[in-house]
Amino acid sequence: MKIINEIKFTMPSLSVNEGAARAVVSSFLIQADPTVEELSDIRTAVSEAVTNAVVHAYRGSKGVIELTVRLLPDRVIYIRVKDKGCGITDIKQAMEPLFTTAPEEERSGLGFSVMESFMDKLTVRSAAGKGTSVTMRKKLKSHGD
Amino acid sequence: MKLDIKNENGRSIALLSGEIDHHNAREIRTELDRYIISVQPPELVIDLKNITFMDSSGIGLIMGRSKLMKEWGGRLEVREPQPYIKRVLKLSGIERIVRIT
Repeated sequence: MKIINEIKFTMPSLSVNEGAARAVVSSFLIQADPTVEELSDIRTAVSEAVTNAVVHAYRGSKGVIELTVRLLPDRVIYIRVKDKGCGITDIKQAMEPLFTTAPEEERSGLGFSVMESFMDKLTVRSAAGKGTSVTMRKKLKSHGD
Repeated sequence: MKLDIKNENGRSIALLSGEIDHHNAREIRTELDRYIISVQPPELVIDLKNITFMDSSGIGLIMGRSKLMKEWGGRLEVREPQPYIKRVLKLSGIERIVRIT
């Protein structure tokens, strides 16, 4: 797969970095000149994925979250959010709308639903005790569309 | 993130400014709950017109405050979300339990 441009950003799993991740993605996407709605969709999806890693991957401890953003041919944006945390034992259940393992933190259980609905493609790979990788793609409209 | 609460014709208006994510939802939640529990307003309006970003953490924040208000029969309303925030609200189905204007 040809990669036109790519940025990799690693951060400790601190909640303050949810905003930092959105800022990095926004800056990178300027070159692709997305619409306000496209930028908002991608920022929201990234925020959900990074928040999941902060809240669930390293419960009670701190670890590293890696964010990769790629600009691919045909104006496709590729995002990967990867952690080396506890992993998800039942991905199907975790992706069900309103399912949450953190109700005490008022998590709504809508993170994956938002990612699915705001991006074109979502893939979640996880192994218990090894970590989780969330990849998402979205094709930006051509300027002639 | 900024929160200003004022009284307008007997209704409490909480004007939020900035971004709502998991990180700063905690701070807003603490401040709002302190106000709600001490004042017990019959009506609370969360005004989102100055919110420039909100993910599903905002849904948890709104649902939690709605539940708290209902403890004494109070009512929660969400006012003036930006179009992209409306999409998150719509996806959650929250309009079935909270009035959005």
